[in-house]
Amino acid sequence: MQRYLLSRVIQSIMLMFGVLILVFFLVRLTGDPARIMMPRDASPADIEAFRDAMGFNEPLPAQFFHFMTGALQGDFGRSLHYRAPAMRIVLERMPATIELSLAALVFALIVAIPLGVIGGSRPGTTWDTVCRAVGLVGQTVPNFWLALMMISLFSVTLGWFPTFGRGGFGSIVLPAVALGLFPLGKFTRLVRSAVLEVRNEDYVRTAYSKGLLDHRVYTHHIFLNVSVTLVSIVGVQFGYLLGGSIYIETIFAWPGVGRMINEAVQARDFPLVQALAFVSAAFIVLLNLLTDLAYVLIDPRIRYED
Amino acid sequence: MRIDALDRQDLRRAPQRLARIVLRDKAGLFGLILFVLIVFLALAAPALSPHDPLQQNLRSSRQPPAWHEAGSMEHPLGTDNLGRDMLSRILVGTRVSLTVGFFGVLIASSIGLVFGMTAGYMGGRTDSAIMAVTNLVLSVPYLLLVVVVASVLGRSLLNVILIFGFTNAPLFVRVTRGEVLRIRTSGYVESAISIGASRHHIITRHILPNLIGPILTVATFEMSGMIFYEAGLGFLGLSVPPSIPSWGNMLAAGRQYIQFSPWIATFPGLAIVVTSLSMNLLGDWLRDVLDPRQRRSS
Repeated sequence: MQRYLLSRVIQSIMLMFGVLILVFFLVRLTGDPARIMMPRDASPADIEAFRDAMGFNEPLPAQFFHFMTGALQGDFGRSLHYRAPAMRIVLERMPATIELSLAALVFALIVAIPLGVIGGSRPGTTWDTVCRAVGLVGQTVPNFWLALMMISLFSVTLGWFPTFGRGGFGSIVLPAVALGLFPLGKFTRLVRSAVLEVRNEDYVRTAYSKGLLDHRVYTHHIFLNVSVTLVSIVGVQFGYLLGGSIYIETIFAWPGVGRMINEAVQARDFPLVQALAFVSAAFIVLLNLLTDLAYVLIDPRIRYED
Repeated sequence: MRIDALDRQDLRRAPQRLARIVLRDKAGLFGLILFVLIVFLALAAPALSPHDPLQQNLRSSRQPPAWHEAGSMEHPLGTDNLGRDMLSRILVGTRVSLTVGFFGVLIASSIGLVFGMTAGYMGGRTDSAIMAVTNLVLSVPYLLLVVVVASVLGRSLLNVILIFGFTNAPLFVRVTRGEVLRIRTSGYVESAISIGASRHHIITRHILPNLIGPILTVATFEMSGMIFYEAGLGFLGLSVPPSIPSWGNMLAAGRQYIQFSPWIATFPGLAIVVTSLSMNLLGDWLRDVLDPRQRRSS
């Protein structure tokens, strides 16, 4: 167990090193980072001065060393737009994104679990059809389009929710629903098929044969086992939520990391983009690590021996 | 002899069996018909478009669809902020989406096939190295990766195709490798090796044919995914240049006029939903037909 833990931690650290290397080379894809960071109408002299100031004239290994030593201390340089340390700005925006992602996740789980359990326990019924339709909708409706349609209906026409901004419960409803749609479909499918599968297990038959009531079999035997499957995917979905927040936060002017990614990309503020990419990836890697640990804690059947 | 005869009998019935499978899954059949229709619309778009999709007319800008009081049959789905015909633009936009999806998947699956087979077949250090890069790319939030690369490379159709082709390849590498490992240890490959079959024979006769099913299934879902992501990139202003009519570019314009002219955003979105629906139904069906191990429980 401890050896498994240690190897997973080391694996995660290696992965973060990989992400740093990726982030370093991404802005150098075209060969000239100065040109992509400067406005298109910048004069050659300006670009040359910028290149010099950013250290892009140094040999590549020196630049790499410089970048890595800085990054390991949490220093990704200064944001070109905000003229402040990039890392600090990113961390300031994190809470808003985590808040929105959690709201989207809660929405998805609250709808998906009952729906999936009902659909999975009564295959072939109308409820099951609803369940499968929700699964399909989650996969086929783009969240940015859903967001626009909800704004048009609920904000503009009906005036129920604010069109944008962060403040109060009303402002988080539409963004959370739009962002939560995809995980909702995914969770519904997953819970449904997990319930279908678990229903036929020996321990469920044993529970019934002991004369347990239906709802006790569900809460004690079926649901607990389905939750193991859920835990494994909830963590993974955060990666998607971070990506999806690029659209949703932009549309609703939500002051989080997603909107900042779009703004930084549009403003060609690549030191900020690098910090954003690193923090997002670190967040995902950490969540995956925690998911693996939670897995072991929840399901006593899983034991990692060497 | 007997087995041979049985085999042949089985083969003769194959078309009937296939037809039965196709007809049994109504949803899959619907997806197939829808997909064929969409491909046809893309090919015939110039002939079917009532107007030039690029023709601007500021005097008739933001006209509502025909069923609206202020709408007219001149522009059945209305016009956008520059007075361009929505229907024509949506029809022509199908081409961008399908082109990106098709070539993106072609590149991604080709890379995936080569590296996945190498990793799965060679094992050892080669395998570790390939899988390290694969896992690295897969650990970065996908949309973030695509957005950053797109902003670095700039707006063009070729760039968009290349971006999706390369960033999506790791997924195909993983699937291919997993399948190769499974097939390699299966009874029929082991018996082929034991009677002295060459590596070439095993790869071409046993591994490649068995890879077609899983790859095709993943490809269908990923093509749908790329159509999604292309629209998303267009929405952020990072996909094909604004001069090319694409669903994403249309949505980007629609967002600015969502308050008073919601139809500019509604129709391109619906086009994405229908396309994506057709491919998802098709993908589910392909999985059922080609991969019996993963058959849905009901």
